[in-house]
Amino acid sequence: MHELGVVFYVIRDVKAVAEANHVSRITRVTLEIGEVSGVVHELLEDCWKWAIKKEPLMDEAQLEIETIPAVTFCEDCKQEYETVRYAKICPYCGSENTFLVRGDEFLIKEIEVEDPSEDPLEEPEEEP
Amino acid sequence: MSKVRVLEVKQSVFAENDRHAEALRSELKQKKLFLLNLMSSPGSGKTTTLSRTIEALRDRLRIGVMEADIDSDVDAQTMAALGVKTIQLHTGGMCHLDADMTAQGLEGLETGDLDLAILENVGNLVCPAEFDTGAVKNAMILSVPEGDDKPLKYPLMFQVSDVVLINKIDLIPYVDFDMDACQKRILERNPRAQIFPLCARTGEGVGPWAAWLEEQVRSWQTSPALVRNIEP
Repeated sequence: MHELGVVFYVIRDVKAVAEANHVSRITRVTLEIGEVSGVVHELLEDCWKWAIKKEPLMDEAQLEIETIPAVTFCEDCKQEYETVRYAKICPYCGSENTFLVRGDEFLIKEIEVEDPSEDPLEEPEEEP
Repeated sequence: MSKVRVLEVKQSVFAENDRHAEALRSELKQKKLFLLNLMSSPGSGKTTTLSRTIEALRDRLRIGVMEADIDSDVDAQTMAALGVKTIQLHTGGMCHLDADMTAQGLEGLETGDLDLAILENVGNLVCPAEFDTGAVKNAMILSVPEGDDKPLKYPLMFQVSDVVLINKIDLIPYVDFDMDACQKRILERNPRAQIFPLCARTGEGVGPWAAWLEEQVRSWQTSPALVRNIEP
């Protein structure tokens, strides 16, 4: 539901990274998104395609999404289980005393960038 | 020829907003200004509840309201009619407010002489829960016709809310709504949640909620400054 807002956040953060690294063009952005983060991938991709057109630095950047599987931990029997399959109640002991260990992340993992074509004369010369 | 390389970022998209929200809270503490973030679904009675709350507290606290909407200013007009300082924030299509937008809104509201600023967030139970606005407390309204299963469907909203107002209790005889089950589900998501059943239309139950809010404002204004570690 808030995919567009999230896309604006990603673009802002990615531009900051690009600026800090003197990058002139971003060609790919890889996100890591938890399985239960509540973000709909298809919507995210649609918002992405729309939003990047306004960003000359990254107007053709590809979006890649990697999913982080959701895992829940049971405080009572100390076992981990798949959140999506069993939800709040531990499948081993039936306890409700459980919490999410991972799976709600929304991370920018990495970006692929192009460095500007450099004039050979400007390359730092190696000392003999 | 350009060459391609990969930069590792490994950064949460929400991290920067969380930092801004913490910074805003410290600033509010210094100014002795209490910010309440009020969230709910559309049609839960947010504006009516807010009107009742203001009527109960306006002689005791100096109150200002920020009305966030995707567009329109009908709510801001209702608030202005109550005689409180009001500002309308347009999110321009965004489904929530973040800490930066909230800080800008507070600036526009000119909060210098206020005790309590109330942010009426965009009506929606998903997005506002994800973004810390910098508020001192989060409140949400759940209205009876929405059903007692809302805490199961929107767990994050209930986790982040310090107080839940169950509105339109006058409709309980007409709909299937199990008050005990609803309260139990809210407390499962958030054992610290304060719950106030009320009816904003008639004013029933507004008193205890208003008293709780006033107490929160007073304690925010008088308790010693919080020491928080704000990462650069």
